[in-house]
Amino acid sequence: MIKFDRFVLSNGLKVLVHQDQSTPMAVVNVLYDVGARDEVESKTGFAHLFEHLMFGGSINIPEYDEPLQLAGGENNAYTTNDLTNYYCQLPAENLETAFWLESDRMLSLAFSKKSLDVQRKVVCEEFKEHYINKPYGDVWHIMRDLAYKVHPYKWMTIGKELSHIENAQLDDVKHFFFKHYTPSNAILVVAGNVETAHVRQLAEKWFGSIPSGEKYIRNIAEEPMQNEERRITLKRNVPMDAIYKTWHMSSRFDQDYYVTDLLTDILGGGASSRLYQTLVKEKQLFAHINCYHFGSLDRGLFTIEGQLVKGIDIKLAEEAIELELNKVREQLVDERELEKVKNKTESVMAFEDMSVMNRAGSLAFYELLGDGNLMNEEFKKYQLVNTADLQRVAKEVLRDTNSNTIWYLAN
Amino acid sequence: MLNRSIAPDIKDAVAYQIALKKPELFQLDNGVTVYNVQAGTEEVVQIEWVFKAGNWFEQKKLIASASNFLLKNGTSSKSAYEINEFVDFYGAYLNRSCYNETAVVSLHCLSKQLAHILPLVQELFLDAIMPEEELMIYKQNMKQRLAVNLKKCDFIAGRKIDALLFGDKHPYGVYSEMNDYDALTREELIQHYDSFYKNGHCTIFSAGILPNDYRELLNKYFGNLPFNKTVSKDLEHSIVPSPEKKLNILNDPDGVQGAIRIARPCPIPSDPVFQKLQVLNVLFGGFFGSRLMTNIREDKGYTYGIYSYLMNHIHASAILISTEAGRDVCEATVKEVYHEMEQLRLHEVGKDELLLVKNYLIGTLLGDLDGPFHIIGRWKNLILHGMTEDHFNYYIDTIKSISSKELKQLAEEYLNPSDYYELVVV
Repeated sequence: MIKFDRFVLSNGLKVLVHQDQSTPMAVVNVLYDVGARDEVESKTGFAHLFEHLMFGGSINIPEYDEPLQLAGGENNAYTTNDLTNYYCQLPAENLETAFWLESDRMLSLAFSKKSLDVQRKVVCEEFKEHYINKPYGDVWHIMRDLAYKVHPYKWMTIGKELSHIENAQLDDVKHFFFKHYTPSNAILVVAGNVETAHVRQLAEKWFGSIPSGEKYIRNIAEEPMQNEERRITLKRNVPMDAIYKTWHMSSRFDQDYYVTDLLTDILGGGASSRLYQTLVKEKQLFAHINCYHFGSLDRGLFTIEGQLVKGIDIKLAEEAIELELNKVREQLVDERELEKVKNKTESVMAFEDMSVMNRAGSLAFYELLGDGNLMNEEFKKYQLVNTADLQRVAKEVLRDTNSNTIWYLAN
Repeated sequence: MLNRSIAPDIKDAVAYQIALKKPELFQLDNGVTVYNVQAGTEEVVQIEWVFKAGNWFEQKKLIASASNFLLKNGTSSKSAYEINEFVDFYGAYLNRSCYNETAVVSLHCLSKQLAHILPLVQELFLDAIMPEEELMIYKQNMKQRLAVNLKKCDFIAGRKIDALLFGDKHPYGVYSEMNDYDALTREELIQHYDSFYKNGHCTIFSAGILPNDYRELLNKYFGNLPFNKTVSKDLEHSIVPSPEKKLNILNDPDGVQGAIRIARPCPIPSDPVFQKLQVLNVLFGGFFGSRLMTNIREDKGYTYGIYSYLMNHIHASAILISTEAGRDVCEATVKEVYHEMEQLRLHEVGKDELLLVKNYLIGTLLGDLDGPFHIIGRWKNLILHGMTEDHFNYYIDTIKSISSKELKQLAEEYLNPSDYYELVVV
């Protein structure tokens, strides 16, 4: 049970405080409700590029990192298709330094030309390092584009292409900032060796005077139901054939999300999972195979990806996957097998909650979903899942006409 | 009116007293030492069984890592699947990893499940059989993994720089080829298992919220195993550094980035100089505000990230600079690395920057000691290097007291380009 206090400033900033006196540290986590799904298709990769620019100096403070490091702190940030999260940890006595830094960059960035010029290059190198200069590195660009026709999940967080990042202009940066980086679009979580009254006072002092800005209303077209099987075959300079399959699944807000999550564990969550045991160990068709999803807030992708054993016919390998999918569609999962994946989920959640930093991040995430306390309700939702649910969702999701398949072949 | 351009007052992190919480220490009936840190907020446990079974002790390439991997792939009475199923059912994680001197089996689980899983772990140390079929699958899949890795410039660079520093016959420099996997036999793995696990030298590190009877539990399952009976001889391996210092490799003609590795030997972690070098390393390339990152990423934009490291080997260490940079700026990146070395050799670091580095180091150390798993991790590192709490305290004192002058002297000795191996792989 994670305890926390919650209050909202008059400008709309939500503040959550989680006390843990067992650590000398404090964590300050600021989540902005903006991700790659809020971009337009001609300017992708912007939310992530913007995350880099948030370290390039704010209106009153030339450098973000230096004063934080001087206060004994460290920080990082990440951007997903759904959200952007910034977090730092520092000795609790220096908590105010984090408030000073975070509030100033919520107030306004410095919009430095130099920072934009440099970070464009840095992000381009990041793009190359992860998606161009790696075997199979382009597959998710292609898969997203195949699976989504309307919804902005059709591009990756890093962006659709290098040119979008290379062409980003300072005006785009300003516009993006004032649209999305407002108090009413943010969640502040303060955790660790802190007192709620003190946090409230600091929050009022540093964040209270920031204008609330115009509330951003998200208006994203829903991805229409997919009604035909989609397939692509690629030939690339890779040593082994691989297969990638995705199906549209429920959103993060649906009870079926939990059913789907457990279903991915049954099929591909570790060494005793079905796909690994049958296809890697028994039939030896794959060198490795995984089943997972992305935890997306809007309707995401249920995914199976595997690398074939050299010499195996890809058609045969896909049929073997299909056979396993048939089993979850046609037969009830064993009660013990369901208990196994529930146990695993319980354990994962306990380990995740060990560090104050993770707890702070989770609280911000669940507050984004609607209520920080959902964090404490989460496991109950998994416990509700029964074997009939698994079969129903398997039938609904794992349909051919809902599927996207890439054969990624060695040339 | 709030003046946002003035920073709030801070307590310098160097003013903090840092103490490493002592572990409980006890011995099982067979002499195995257990270090335990009983602490935490969640009902979880971590136990690590550390064996002297790394590639330092292998007779042939890959024997140590293969036997470590196959340790949980079958016993006389349980198949690999049954073992995995059992562990997964209790929501536990049973992993194994092979290093140079040591090989480790680690268990993470909810405290309430610990008693269910320990008998299985015992069985692995008594009766692993490494079936032929499992070995066959392992070879095939590892060869495929190697084939994919060989396409990556960072992978090629990582193993080549080790070979340049230590020689490709030394455990720190050795790397595997396809035919090394083909040459593995079950008999050799069993032999390694027999000598270095079943009848090997074991130390146990545990942490978290352990059940009240954990001493009895550990003694029941691991106190009567034939561990620590023979004194393992400390094998010698000689280092044969490459005579060639500069190397360019073209691995992928279409590559858009180059993997850069620049390295030289340095004193080992138990040497007092190492603790001082750690501070120099942070200043030079060990954190986001370092000289390398500030210049090469944040000013020039040549790379997504650049870091320098001190290798944590027991017998020989090295300073390593590592980055992936745009293909057309690799040369410029190398030049800037040497430029930053020169700056540290020629000029003393300013007071403010030094204080920043010190505060950052102490602050992150405070954060790193958060929770029982991190605390036992620190102890494990000290103990495996033959160090004590004094070394840790000395490190803290070093951070607090080291001067700009000392750092310049260290730079003069350890940051000379002519001492470095320089490798670029595209």
